[in-house]
Amino acid sequence: MDSNLFPEGVTRCGLPKFSLWMAFVSIFFLWGVYAAVIIFANGIGVTGLDNYFGFGLWITFDLAVIALGAGAFFTGFLKYILKIDQLKNIVNLAVILGFLCYSGAMLILTMDIGQPIRAWFGYWHPNVHSMLTEVIFCITCYCTVLVIEFIPLILEQKQLNKIPFLHHFAHHLHVNMALFAGIGTFLSTFHQGSLGGMYGVMFGRPYAFRDGFFIWPWTFFLFVLSAVGSGPVFTVLVCTLIEKMTGKKLVDYKVKALMGKIAGSMLCLYMFFKIIDTWAWATGYLPSVGFTFDEMFYGNVYGKWLMWTELGLCGVVPAIMLITPSIRNNPTLLYTAAILDCIGISINRYVFTVQTIAIPVMPFDNWEIYTPNWAEWATSGMIVAYGALALSLCYRYLPVFPQEVKLNSNK
Amino acid sequence: MQQIEFDTKWTMVIDVDKCTGCGACMVSCQAENNIAPMEDGSNKLKTLTWLLVYELNNGKDFPERESAYLPRPCMQCGKPACVPVCPVVATTKDEEGGIVSQIYPRCIGCRYCMAACPYHARYFGWFDPIWPEGMEKALSPSTSTRPRGVVEKCNFCHSRLLDARARARAEDMDPNKLPDGWYKPACLEACPTGAISFGDSKNPEHKVHDLIKDKNAFRLLESLGMDPQVYYISRRDWVREQSDNHLPKDKH
Ligand code: SF4
Repeated sequence: MDSNLFPEGVTRCGLPKFSLWMAFVSIFFLWGVYAAVIIFANGIGVTGLDNYFGFGLWITFDLAVIALGAGAFFTGFLKYILKIDQLKNIVNLAVILGFLCYSGAMLILTMDIGQPIRAWFGYWHPNVHSMLTEVIFCITCYCTVLVIEFIPLILEQKQLNKIPFLHHFAHHLHVNMALFAGIGTFLSTFHQGSLGGMYGVMFGRPYAFRDGFFIWPWTFFLFVLSAVGSGPVFTVLVCTLIEKMTGKKLVDYKVKALMGKIAGSMLCLYMFFKIIDTWAWATGYLPSVGFTFDEMFYGNVYGKWLMWTELGLCGVVPAIMLITPSIRNNPTLLYTAAILDCIGISINRYVFTVQTIAIPVMPFDNWEIYTPNWAEWATSGMIVAYGALALSLCYRYLPVFPQEVKLNSNK
Repeated sequence: MQQIEFDTKWTMVIDVDKCTGCGACMVSCQAENNIAPMEDGSNKLKTLTWLLVYELNNGKDFPERESAYLPRPCMQCGKPACVPVCPVVATTKDEEGGIVSQIYPRCIGCRYCMAACPYHARYFGWFDPIWPEGMEKALSPSTSTRPRGVVEKCNFCHSRLLDARARARAEDMDPNKLPDGWYKPACLEACPTGAISFGDSKNPEHKVHDLIKDKNAFRLLESLGMDPQVYYISRRDWVREQSDNHLPKDKH
């Protein structure tokens, strides 16, 4: 029915099947919308957050999706600036994912701040000392860049592309894409870094506080490295998920392996510094403020197993797997490594946001446990559903995968 | 962030050994600062308590068990963790006297300051303030009420400082050199045991000037270097030991 909207030369499932899928995802989306309405109407008192845990699932989710969305800027940088041409086959997906991750994070943020109507104060009364100010500026600018990167793809839709003006407009944007990729890289690097810096500068919180270089704590650089060490493989995972769901080959495996290699090299670099950082923190900084390494952990939700999983199973292991050609070239192993990598980075974002503030810094204070409630889960789920809906539409109607026709022609 | 020194340093000194944990300070703080009671106050982590009384113990069993009560207002840190992180300059430390302000109409409710403050001295308005019938007529006229969604905290009853300064001006005195006892936070006035002292620790005529030099005086979490303007006094070693984190090998 809608087949003349499909990209040139591809096949898609029937409209009823597609509608069924969209309706299914919409259930989660609407559940989240319902929660969001309640939150806007009654305030964030309806969430599981409290005075001990001002930051919780939302911030963890934001930080994790922003790290995983880093595939966009890093792939763009490699493709347009370093001219690694093979990446053209996956860069569209990376850009879409980046856009969805960033816009999703911004949607969550509008709920997360207590006075959403004052959100613009961040630009009007900026505090130049605050890492969050840097985050606010970079996240909006970068989101704009992602929109600019996304637009030509939308304009390349078969019917839209027939309109001469739109065709030329898209072409011009394409020609200048290196410029936007450059700006995007700059903005996103800073912004990933500032997110790390946000925690690293909290000198009242020994779990997160780090000394550093100039005004930036080490966590600034560690967050950038961890994001570029996981974003590309997240893109690969999403691509593979779409392939599995649609039963089509969309991107040549060589490209995926290349993305794995890139992420793997970055992850190695990250793990190298992260391990040194953890060591210096545990043996140098913590004793200087009267803490021991053991005191930083508690029970299961804040247990040491999180750290070992993050650094070992989901850090060193995938790093080695991804840089070893024989492992990387095996799809199952590549995907396993990619999943471990993404889990590791998400754990990192969780401990930096929740564990950091769960630790009682005053000796007579107690550990508190934070459990997100349905309102936080529903709204986070809404963002995932929003991503799935948008991605499904993009896959169906936009020429996202340049190799799709060729890879599926001899079937 | 560079630390600003002021000529006046409003300082609170709390004698932990005199505190009985009665909570009068907490109640007077609530009344003075128009802190709305919560409909359901069962979740203590969601209630607003600018000044919180902690119960400490020596970790021993009866009959050696001892308790102490430690009221915790905002420490008005010399090097506050909360100020540099605020993205919109809703909180600053730039007024003579060094009280860390919190500008409610400016606050966007991001709660980064709450995450940064290790003393848990900042509170978030999770719900709209609802006053029980009739109570809205008894609100304190000198303190603003806050909408939901902003962070609030103890400000040493700043409105009382303004009152004291106005009085000084009326009496032809220097409003920046208030005599001892002219400016008293509500908690101090309500304390039945006189555990709280307050004044300018840089002014030799103020009692707190000497009190902070007491050999039993201490501050919370000194090793973090936040330089609080709230001091505690206790003659009991085990209380002082709980003022900061120590490694087992440390000599207290
Ligand atoms: S006690 Fe907390 S809220 Fe008060 S000034 Fe210090 S860091 Fe800020």
